[in-house]
Amino acid sequence: MIEVRNLVKKYGDHIAVDHLDFTVEKGKIYGFLGPNGAGKSTTMNMITGYIASTEGEILIDGHNILDEPEVAKKKIGYLPEIPPLYQDMTVMEYLKFAAELKSIPKEEREKNIKEVMSTTKLEDMKKRLIKNLSKGYKQRVGLAQALLGYPEVIILDEPTVGLDPKQIIEIRDLIKSLGKKHTVILSSHILSEVSAVCDHVLIIDRGKLVASDTPENLSKVMTGMNSLELTVKGEEAVIRDALGMVENIEDIAYHSSMTEGACDFTIKISGDMDMRENIFFALSEVKCPILRMQPTNMSLEEVFLKLTNDEGRLEDKEMEGEK
Amino acid sequence: MLAVYKKELRSYLTSMVGYVFIAFILLILGIYFTAYNLQYASPDFGVTLSSVTFLFLIITPILTMRILAEEKKNRTDQLLLTAPVPVWKVVLGKYLSMVTIYAIPVVISAFYPLIMGKYGVISYPMAYVAVIGFFFLGCAQIAVGLFLSSVTESQVIAAVLTFGILFCSYMMDGIESFFSDTAVSSMVAFLVIAIVIGIVVYQLTKNIIFSSCVGGVLVIGVAAVYFIKPTIFTGLIQKFLNLFAIANHFDNFVGGIFDVTGIVYMLSVVCIFVFLTVQCIQKRRWS
Repeated sequence: MIEVRNLVKKYGDHIAVDHLDFTVEKGKIYGFLGPNGAGKSTTMNMITGYIASTEGEILIDGHNILDEPEVAKKKIGYLPEIPPLYQDMTVMEYLKFAAELKSIPKEEREKNIKEVMSTTKLEDMKKRLIKNLSKGYKQRVGLAQALLGYPEVIILDEPTVGLDPKQIIEIRDLIKSLGKKHTVILSSHILSEVSAVCDHVLIIDRGKLVASDTPENLSKVMTGMNSLELTVKGEEAVIRDALGMVENIEDIAYHSSMTEGACDFTIKISGDMDMRENIFFALSEVKCPILRMQPTNMSLEEVFLKLTNDEGRLEDKEMEGEK
Repeated sequence: MLAVYKKELRSYLTSMVGYVFIAFILLILGIYFTAYNLQYASPDFGVTLSSVTFLFLIITPILTMRILAEEKKNRTDQLLLTAPVPVWKVVLGKYLSMVTIYAIPVVISAFYPLIMGKYGVISYPMAYVAVIGFFFLGCAQIAVGLFLSSVTESQVIAAVLTFGILFCSYMMDGIESFFSDTAVSSMVAFLVIAIVIGIVVYQLTKNIIFSSCVGGVLVIGVAAVYFIKPTIFTGLIQKFLNLFAIANHFDNFVGGIFDVTGIVYMLSVVCIFVFLTVQCIQKRRWS
């Protein structure tokens, strides 16, 4: 559906997007994951034809976005990071304008706008001025605009930023339902969001593609980093001694705990072994009850470190192999 | 194109800007009309129109400052540029909406000669030729404002730039007189212009060889022409600067002459600036 080949974007000497290469297949939800400034928005802006690439090409269903912009752009609905809304228009006026701009045939326009408004639950707001809407509703108007004409590809740049938890869940459900008919690409810097919604995750860091895989495979990579958080009742020294008896423990870090008379620890375990039972028995012997034990959630930064390190290792191995 | 046109027209007529613009033209024109044509009983409506050409210095920025600068500032240009519509259609839609707003007071002013005709004998062809000229004059200046709105994100800067450039154009007769009309001084002025063009080309392309070639060829060309036939340069800088005095091309219409070269000139100004606006938007996408 979308082919991105060797994409580069330079701003002066700064390289925002560095030789990206990926393909987006029809009918799947793709997630762009990366920290702020990783080049997610720049890439999306290039795919939608808002800015031109320095090198490389983008094909939308076989049409180059720069050579045949009209054909290619017709297949895309885009919600940028800041929804492009005219503050002095009502929701209805805005959607009518957007529909006309996207040259949806006159007889379908009315029906299309109605459907889109019911999908995004905007019917009650259609006569309100956009400037008087809350952030969540503005986001929905932007989304409604992207859905107009039911384009084959829908691109959403950080669709849930600035929304309250209830709205986030609504938007996520909406995106999931869109994924049944459309190809969706969304960007986010929240790991859990992408893994909850997407069929395929592309991780970008400093303009480069770091990983491209299904969320399941990525979570396997993440659990490979074995680390536990513990809250244990008792004296620090006693617990340390007890934990010292357990094998495969690489590192024990102590934190002062919120709970009185207890200690917090972060434990790193070498290898892929599950040491939770051993830790339980070791601590029960010294009569230190475990109040809490949970695997550490890997932050995005750690995932990056892990992924980039892994890649480094792979390259090293290849080098050795060549020798 | 029609979508953008309708949207802009609606936004002018639902906000104060459009009404302020129309009211301001009608107010000033009304004062001059009352003074010249009604009180002083002059039968010449063209003179009234030509004495209010200073109006454009104030009203053009009011009309044009927001047209593209605001889109960029609010990031709504992302909607326009990712829609399946070529840039030139968006720009043209916006330009035509401004021309339509401007046409409203011009059409109203077309009734003024009829009022005068009630009280005396006037030449209608002369009056309406002047009105047509006045319309094209406004169209040309609005195109300049459109372009300057596309170069910046700030409405204030766009307005100030528009005022400055239109002011220079308005005062061009005075600026011309800074230069003596001898061939030597004219040649020197052209040499300076050639070097400036070279620098501008360098700023745009960042290619020192190409830009120095362009500058060099122009400098040599100017010098060569001067040595072959210096008389060409006599008064040439004045003629050259006169090209930028938009309002001067209105003078013939005032006298009741339907000046085709004047119309061609105004339309060329419109085309050039609409083209430059499109290029300016395209350039931003590539940089």
